[in-house]
Amino acid sequence: MSWDWQVVDDFMPRFWDGVFVTLQALAIGTLIAFALGLVWALAQRSSQVWVRWPVVAVTEFIRNTPLLVQLFFLFYVVPNFGPSMSPLTTGIIGLGLHYSTYTAEVYRAGIDGVPVGQWEAATALSLSKGRTWRAVILPQAIRRVVPPLGNYVVAMLKDSPMIATIGALDMLGEAQAFSNETFTTEALTVVGVAFIVIAYPASLLIRALERRLVR
Amino acid sequence: MSADTPLQNDHDGNENPPVDGSELIRFDKVTKRFGSNVVLDELDFSVASGKHVTLIGPSGSGKTTILRLLMTLLKADEGTIKVNGDYLTHEEKNGKLVPAGEKHVREVRKNIGMVFQQFNLFPNMKVLRNITEAPVTVLGLSKDEADQRARELLDMVGLGDKADAYPTQLSGGQQQRVAIARALAMRPQVLLLDEVTSALDPELVAGVLDVLRDIAHTTDITMLCVTHEMNFARDISDQVLMFDSGRVLESGTPEKIFGDPEHDRTREFLSAVL
Repeated sequence: MSWDWQVVDDFMPRFWDGVFVTLQALAIGTLIAFALGLVWALAQRSSQVWVRWPVVAVTEFIRNTPLLVQLFFLFYVVPNFGPSMSPLTTGIIGLGLHYSTYTAEVYRAGIDGVPVGQWEAATALSLSKGRTWRAVILPQAIRRVVPPLGNYVVAMLKDSPMIATIGALDMLGEAQAFSNETFTTEALTVVGVAFIVIAYPASLLIRALERRLVR
Repeated sequence: MSADTPLQNDHDGNENPPVDGSELIRFDKVTKRFGSNVVLDELDFSVASGKHVTLIGPSGSGKTTILRLLMTLLKADEGTIKVNGDYLTHEEKNGKLVPAGEKHVREVRKNIGMVFQQFNLFPNMKVLRNITEAPVTVLGLSKDEADQRARELLDMVGLGDKADAYPTQLSGGQQQRVAIARALAMRPQVLLLDEVTSALDPELVAGVLDVLRDIAHTTDITMLCVTHEMNFARDISDQVLMFDSGRVLESGTPEKIFGDPEHDRTREFLSAVL
């Protein structure tokens, strides 16, 4: 088997389309996972059983079923009784939702790691609940959660090709389609390298952020 | 450190001016259990406004529990607590006592400040903001006003140059002095001191106690203090309460309790700690 740069060149336009889809899925998926995970984590600490219980049930369910099944469900089943969304939108929501159940656990551990004395000091100063969370607890929890959250971003990047199964062609999806059409394999190699090129700097960035936050 | 320090309660502007000598805190048949362990057993006790009261007794006798109940960090199983004549965790509705809502509790609790054994400064905030956070967001002071008051308090505790430091950059003694300033910034009527020197290296204890002595002698703030520093207790207290097994075994002036206690149990305890 030989390596043909011409094939690589032919693949480039579709490669960039795929990269764009992958980065979109990663960026928006991460935002959803980070924000929604915090919502889950806070809801799981609610004193109201009717808030806590459904959230625990839903997050456990999502965490213990495959992402692929969730993507199929969102794409093929949900439109029967709910909104119909484009493959990319569905894929992004699926990734974000799935990973939000993991980030929720990270937040939970981070919040639990804040010493109880911090809550007591906030009570002693009569800080409101909202103020206690925003000014005291979350800023301290954030430092503990950045490294594990970063790991999930990298994991999400590596899971992002799954959205191709519902028709949102990320870079691997594009490569596979291209390879099938042209009976070549160069595109797959290009994409493999591209994953490293995205993931490794991301890891370095997370580590740098970690060093900055841990004071 | 002068007598006209910023931590004097401005009685003129206060909605609930404490009449000197009036009853500021009252425990009525307060019982607190942890599992089957009865820590406080139908405790009755009161503190008059402006007094400095020290609670002594063997560990596990319920001293710290009293402070934590007052700060609403714990909930009494039975009985009521009044601060300034208001129920702390109860409200009267149609002539009946019911558990109070969060708003009521916060309103009554604002009169109480606490300094903890482990300081509990907020490590994510600089020293100045540790002190101004609650005055700004709870009392509604302007930032400038809160800053100015915080700086005065920092001067008073001898840390005027540490406003921009983070708590972790300070020694334990310095952190505790910031914690004292933070509690005083809320202008509480009563200051709870929970073994505030127990976590400090021996050479740092004196600095913290000096600050507290100064506050005790130059202000009219009420103090309720749990300590193992008997000399300090003797210095600042108007009244000493000896606790044993969740009850007040005896109470009196420091001269009486330290000099001529009535109970053998008190004598034993004092000879063990002095």
